[in-house]
Amino acid sequence: MLMRDTTAGYGLVSRLFHWITALVIFGLFGLGVWMVGLGYYDPYYTTAPHWHKSVGMLLAFALVARFVWRVVNVKPSDDGIAPLERILARVAHWSFYVLLFAIVVTGYLMSTADGRPIHIFDWFAIPSPGTNPGLESTAGAVHVWLSYAVMALAAVHTLAALKHHFYDRKPSLTRMWSGPPQV
Amino acid sequence: MLNRLSPLALVAALVVATPASAADYAIDTKGAHASINFRVNHLGFSWLTGRFDTFGGTFSYDASAPEASKVSVEIDTNSVNSNHAERDKHLRNADFLDVSKFPKATFVSKSIEPAGDGKAKIVGDFTLRDVTKEITIDAEFVGAGSDPWGGERAGFKGTTTLALADYGITFDLGPAGKEVYLDLHVEGVKQ
Repeated sequence: MLMRDTTAGYGLVSRLFHWITALVIFGLFGLGVWMVGLGYYDPYYTTAPHWHKSVGMLLAFALVARFVWRVVNVKPSDDGIAPLERILARVAHWSFYVLLFAIVVTGYLMSTADGRPIHIFDWFAIPSPGTNPGLESTAGAVHVWLSYAVMALAAVHTLAALKHHFYDRKPSLTRMWSGPPQV
Repeated sequence: MLNRLSPLALVAALVVATPASAADYAIDTKGAHASINFRVNHLGFSWLTGRFDTFGGTFSYDASAPEASKVSVEIDTNSVNSNHAERDKHLRNADFLDVSKFPKATFVSKSIEPAGDGKAKIVGDFTLRDVTKEITIDAEFVGAGSDPWGGERAGFKGTTTLALADYGITFDLGPAGKEVYLDLHVEGVKQ
């Protein structure tokens, strides 16, 4: 089993990063939308945001690790993809990083604007960068809109992968699922 | 000598003889000698307190005719501060103050009924989330006079109670949390 990426495809580490972070991102989006609608007397009124913040901060660390892994590995070839689509794909992939980092940063700023730390599952706490009165509302609005944007981007990304796989007959789905062919 | 001084003496006599009349005061928000505090019962267990950091207003006050006094206050709803950022964010959204739609809350007095002993009932229109209701503030004179820096000041405290549902705030905080109690402290600087 290949750990590192090759020009022929993605190694195990990249594939795990891809699917685990994807799953966590969709889960956090659903949890976020659900938790802000909870009533005050709902048993999950305090625990749901606690989980959302804990998982979100862990995701931030995972994204940094994923980004580093992406940079230190060779990029699998995208030959055979139309030049315009290749450019669009690059833009989409980098947009994921930009949006996701902006989402975790605004989430962090929202919950720490009064100087309180964020507690990660009661294991450890990430301290506040300092008090920023009123920042919570601005950061919160940006957090929500960027989250919808990243969901829209995920839909485009999925449609594009399906298009390359079934219409262009390129192994985009198998490449991200089962890795490069063994040599 | 006496003749030359007499016009001045006359003026002085007139000033002294003039009865104290209503004076206008600006609420001292610059020096923060005024606060609009609120408290809501939390689950029936304790009191959650907060305040509005930004507001302004004026009042007129005449010690000899307190019923002729007037007060007007404008509150910046976005300045809500309950010492917890996530809660303040929630208080600003549509469940509560909806500050993007309703950035101001106002109180304008209509009549003042002195109740003796420095106390008075201030009846006026309170507007929150575009809903205007007549409310009564139980007010009490605290003190007035010259301050050490050359100005004149007068101060009052007051309390009133608002039913959240009256102003369209229906987010369920439980049976003990249906009302908000306002504790007001106002010091004005004579203009």
